[in-house]
This record gives sequence, structure tokens and C-alpha cells, in this order.
Amino acid sequence: MDAKPHLQVKNLSVSYGTTAALKNISVDIPDKKITAIIGPSGCGKSTLLRAFNRLLEDGDEVSISGQVLVDNEDIYDPRNDITQIRKKMGLLSQKPYPLPMSIFENVAYGPRIHGIKKNRMDETVRHYLTIAGLWEEVKDRLHEPATRLSIGQQQRLCLARGLAVEPEIILADEPTSALDPKSSQKIEAEFKVLKNDYTIIIVTHILRQARRLADYVLFIYLGELIEHGPARQIFENPQHEMTKEYIQGIIS
Amino acid sequence: MLLITLGSGFLVFLMALGLCVKAWPILRLKSLGEILFSSSWHPLKGDFGMLPFIMGTLWVTGIAIIIAVPISLLTAIYLSEYAPKRMKEFSKPFIDLLAGIPSVIYGVWGILIIVPLVKDHIAPFFGVYSSGYSVLSAGIVLSIMIFPVIIHITMEVFHSIPRELREASLALGATRWQTVKHVLLRKSLPGIVAANVLGFSRAFGETMAVLMVAGNIVKIPLSVFDAGYPLPALIANNYGEMLSIPLYDAALLMSALVLFVVVIFFNVVSRYILHRINLRIS
Amino acid sequence: MKKKMTAKKIEEAVFKALMKGCALVVFGCLVLIIGTVIIKGIGSMNLDMITKTPEGGYYLGKEGGVLNAIVGSFVLTLSATAIALLMSLPVVLYINVYAKKNSRLATLIRLSLDFLWGIPSIVYGAFGFTVMIFFGITASLLGGIITVSLFILPIMARAMDEVISLVPGELFEASYSLGATKFETALKVITRQTMPGIVSAALIAFGRGVGDAASVLFTAGFSDRIPLSLLQPAATLPLAIFFQLGTPFPEVQERAYASALILTILILIVSVTARFLTARFRRHIIQ
Repeated sequence: MDAKPHLQVKNLSVSYGTTAALKNISVDIPDKKITAIIGPSGCGKSTLLRAFNRLLEDGDEVSISGQVLVDNEDIYDPRNDITQIRKKMGLLSQKPYPLPMSIFENVAYGPRIHGIKKNRMDETVRHYLTIAGLWEEVKDRLHEPATRLSIGQQQRLCLARGLAVEPEIILADEPTSALDPKSSQKIEAEFKVLKNDYTIIIVTHILRQARRLADYVLFIYLGELIEHGPARQIFENPQHEMTKEYIQGIIS
Repeated sequence: MLLITLGSGFLVFLMALGLCVKAWPILRLKSLGEILFSSSWHPLKGDFGMLPFIMGTLWVTGIAIIIAVPISLLTAIYLSEYAPKRMKEFSKPFIDLLAGIPSVIYGVWGILIIVPLVKDHIAPFFGVYSSGYSVLSAGIVLSIMIFPVIIHITMEVFHSIPRELREASLALGATRWQTVKHVLLRKSLPGIVAANVLGFSRAFGETMAVLMVAGNIVKIPLSVFDAGYPLPALIANNYGEMLSIPLYDAALLMSALVLFVVVIFFNVVSRYILHRINLRIS
Repeated sequence: MKKKMTAKKIEEAVFKALMKGCALVVFGCLVLIIGTVIIKGIGSMNLDMITKTPEGGYYLGKEGGVLNAIVGSFVLTLSATAIALLMSLPVVLYINVYAKKNSRLATLIRLSLDFLWGIPSIVYGAFGFTVMIFFGITASLLGGIITVSLFILPIMARAMDEVISLVPGELFEASYSLGATKFETALKVITRQTMPGIVSAALIAFGRGVGDAASVLFTAGFSDRIPLSLLQPAATLPLAIFFQLGTPFPEVQERAYASALILTILILIVSVTARFLTARFRRHIIQ
């Protein structure tokens, strides 16, 4: 691979109490590409994604060692400001969790807490709702509670909300698992457009989705990074026996 | 089994009925407005205006709420959002213990610590004389008694908020306090209201501790340093010896009925809110 | 990305400090209350307090002890707890075993138990007294037992309900599939499975009952002697404290502190035991 890495993981280990969730993971995530993390459920995919955002330290009895470098800065360095790190990364979770406020306020929330002035807010909200492909559907009811939207719309709203803090990386944790096929398709289409400007990391257990979207693939099994490489290589010519079996559906 | 079950549910109505029947003689003679809003309490002359007692109760409960709400709310937020899990688990028995201390003990403690504190330090600080037996003392003691009620329910409400909602806000780069302020408090507002209403109704009916420190003078309190005579204290002090004076019995049960109605009303409101929250979760 | 002291950081720090302060106030109050009771109580505590009835003058004498109140409290609250247990066990089993999960009846019963829980004990006292008059009973041990059992019924029922509703549905099904009837299931499987929980619910209710003064104020009366029959008035610890503190004699007031210490220790023992049993129960339950 020739693109420079945007996010580098070095010897990352995570354990909950005495159970190891991730074992000594090292990998480079390429810039402005879609990277898919695949593997059976419960193998540590989501843990890895959360480790990128330092959301893990908020759980209890979690011990983390190793480094995660974003633009060559270690996010686990205690001298670094956690809110600034998180601002660099948008998170899209399995189910949409709109904040308990209006559609407009959901998008405006991020810019507001980072002290963006109010006068250009209308424009900002419109801009990001448009990028998320939601503007046309909600422009007449911006001040309704976000929970009135359909679940697919909510997920796109969450995307717009995440984009509004101008992140460089989008972390998506099985973002379509709660959606109907039509909405999933819309989200996937969004991702293909967004990768021109953002580095996208998506956790998925749907192999076909990974095939459709990914440029780069990480295969994780029971907390270990078994294999990683360009999507074509992983799907067509996996080196590792386990990857092969997983791709063929023998293990799941 | 069904019978006993229904019977226990029926007990609320039975109590309401019993109190109504017993309070009926006074309700027949005087208008409800006169009983509730007249401040002339002269049982020997047949005047039963309960305003001084109602005002006493409102003062005491109001002070308790003003003190208890911010302190319990911030404590609940700290324990559920900031404190390490071990500390959170560790603190629960102590909050339960605070709830389990008998009100007489609160009363004893109030007399030993709070009454002198008000008399010797707080009142002189404001340049006022107070015997210490005042609505302020009663309010302070009561506020401590309702800490556990508010803390417990608020923590449960916070617990019911999905972790992902916090993460959604944190992932946008919000600080913890911003997340609490903009997301959690907004989301849990109905539950917090319910918690405080329950705390209020607990304070409203609390008897012994208040009886011991409020001073019990039949007069509408004009400042926090005045003595007050809350409704429960009125019942507790006089109910044994009311038989000799006509209507006294009915008047006291009338005040019990007032307590009952107010407390049930607040309970209905808060349980309704909490019930709605539970429905939303499941 | 380095840390900067921005406005929101300052706000965070200020509120965090405030919250810690508030938590400290809450726990400080607990320590202060128990500390005060212990320090004041120990000074006037002696063996006579728990082995003798009041002596040296009519009503709350300056000598002797409060054995009358200790025995009265125990007899009264134990009987009330037993009655409340007999009344609430069927209720809780009914809403958990017979009624469908989250049925309207179960919700209604839980709701009215919550309301009953919220009613001030003084109202129970007044209500109990009118009931007693209706049946021609004067202030006595019996009157106190009836009132306190009504007062702690909702507390016990809700505490038990919380434990029993934790029993996984599979356990019911396992029992039914072995051919057990609902009644057998309720009595043998569920009650046995949740025994520590039920005992701890009873202890919680006992703790509330033994500490409450307002409900027994008119219904149980007060006496310097240990009650020998159900129809005699009986002293209770909270009332002993209240009356002793209300006398104009400093010697008697001192004795109130000792009585308060006895009551506090009793409550501490009860709540620690209840908590221990709950913890044990949680460990054994199938999650």
C-alpha cells in the first residue's frame, strides 16, 4: 500500500478484568479509504473501534496498553486533551441514538460545544444535513424532536451530527445492523462519497457489505488480528487459513 | 390469594374512606375554605382554621426541598457519572443506611446539633434572635432525611439511560459535564422531577423529627428563624387527648386527611412519570 | 491537541468539585449523625439500661433502664412483621406467579403498594386508632401490632416483589414441565429460591417498623412495665426516646441518648444483616 497511514495502532492490548479482549494489535489504517474490520461477533471488533476514540477508559476495570497514533500523536498520552481527540473522530453506533433535542439542535450540538458562533449555524446545519442526504426530507421540520424520524433517517442524522464537528475519521460500528435494506443502501452510498474527504473505519459482520465498501480489511478472531491487507487480497487470496475459512463461511 | 391481593390494593381506598368518615362532622359544619385558609385555631371556641399548620408544613418542606434538591442531584450525578464503579457500589449501602435511620434519631440529632447551630451561629450571623427550634432547623433535618430518596431514584433514572447516548455526546468532543448538562439532564428531566416530588411528599408527612425541632407554636412563621407547627406535629401532639372537646377529633382527622390527599396526589404524579419512563425502556 | 484551560474545562472542574463537595456533605451527615448518637449515648450507657425497667419515680424514672421499651419494641415489631409477612407473601406470589407478567392487575397492585409506602406513618397511626375505636380496642400492644403491620406491609411486599421478579422465567417453566402446579411452584420452588431475599425484605420491614414512632404514638400507648397481654399498653424504643427527651429533667434526657444508641445499634445490625443476605441471594441467583 502506498497511501500514508492516518491512524497507527502499535501493540495495543485491552483486557476487561482478567479477560483479554484484544491481544497485541499493530496495524496501520490508510488515509481516506474505507477500512472494514471483520470477524465473528464478540471477537473484539467493537472494542478495537472504541479504543480508537478512547471511549474504553470510561468503562470500568479496563486496562489498556500500547499506542494509538493519529497523525503521529499518541491519543493515550495523558497530556493530550481527550475532547480534542474525540472531536477528530465521528462515531456512528449500531443503533442511532439521537440526542434528546430537535433535529436542528442535534446537528448544532457539536459545533456549539466547541464554541462555534450562532450566526452561521443555520448554514452549518443545512450543510451537514445535505452531506448526510437528509436535508430534503427534514427541511420543513427542523425543530421537531429527532426521535420522530424513522430509524434510517435517525442514523443519517447521527452521521450529520458527527460530521458537523469536522472530524477527519469516521468510526462506524455496524452502522446498518438496525436498518432496513433501503436505509442501509443509503448509508453505504454516503460512505462511498465521504471517503473522498474522510478516513472511514467500519466494523461489520456482514461480509457482503465489507466486499461492497472496503478498500482495506482487518480480520480479527478472538481478540487477535489474524490478517490485514487490501480488500482485494483478503477476499480473493487470503494468506491465513482462518481468514480463508471465515471468508468461505466455514467458521463464523 | 386473589382476595388478599385485592385487599392490599384496596387498603388505600379503605384509609381514604375511614379518614373521610371521621372528618365528616367538621366538613358538615364548616366550609373547606374556612378550614384550610382561616388562621384562627381555637379548639375550645370551636375555631379550627388550619392555615398556621399548613403554612408551617409548607415552610418546613420548602426549606428542606431547597437544601436537598441541589445537594442530592449533584451527589447522584457524581455517583452515577463520575465515581469509579467500586465507589458507586460502595456508597449504596450507606445511602440505604441514611434512609433507614429512624426519624426519632434524626430528631435527637437535630436537637443536639442543628438547633444549637441555628441558635448560636446561623441566627446571630443574620443578627436575629432564635431559640433554634425553628422551621429552618426542621427544614435542615428534613432535607437530610430526603437525601436518600432523591439520590436513589435519580441514580436509577440515570442508570436507565443507554450508554450509547453518553458516548454519542462524548464522541463529539463534549466534556463529561457538557454531556450531563445538555444530554443526560434533559433526557432524565421527568425522572428527576418525579424523584424530587417523591422527596417532597416524604418530607410533607414526616412527623417525629419535625415535631422535635420545629418549635410547635401556633402561628404562621414569618421568617426561617420562627418556630412553626407543621400538620403532622399537630396530629401527633394532640390526637391522644382530643376526646373531651367536640369536633377536635374530626379536625385532627381532617388534617390527617389533608396529609393523605396531598401525599397521594404527589405520589400519583411521580409514579405516573416513573411508570412512563419504565415503559419507554422496556 | 495539548490540554488548554478553556472555559468548558473550568466549568467541568468547578462542577466536579461541587459534586464531590455535595457527596461529601451527604456522607458527612451520615457519619455526623451516627457519631453524635454514639458519643452522646456512650456517656449515659450502662448495663442497667438494657436489663431493668424504669425505676425511681413514676413514668420514665431517673434510674433503671428501658427494658420495657426494648421488649415492647421487639414483641410488637416481630409480631407485626410476622403478620405483614403472612399478608404480603400471598400478594407477591400472586402478582408474580398467577398474574401474567406486567398484567394490568399486577401493575395496579404494585402501584397501590407504592402509594401505601408513601403514606406518612402518622396517618397510619391516626387511621389505626380510628379502626381500634371502631372495634373497641384501647391503646395496647394489639393496636400497635395491627397498625405497624399495615404500615410495613407495603415496604415488605415491594422489597419481596423486587427479589421474586428477578427469578428467571425458565425456572417457572422448568417447574411446570415437571408437572408441578402453580401453587406448588410458588410455594416450593420460588419461595425456596428466594428465601434469603424474603428474609432480607422482612428485616428491612422490621427495621422500618422498629424505628417508627408516629404509628405507635396513639395505638400502642406507653407503659413502664413489660406488657403481659395483648391488651395492655406497651412501650417502644422510639417513643421512650421521644418522651425521655421531652421531660424537663437533664438526668432523664441523658437516658434518651442511651436509648437512641440502643435503637441505632439495633437498626445497624438489622440493615447490615439484610444487606448481607441480599448479597448472598444475588450470588446464588441464575443471571
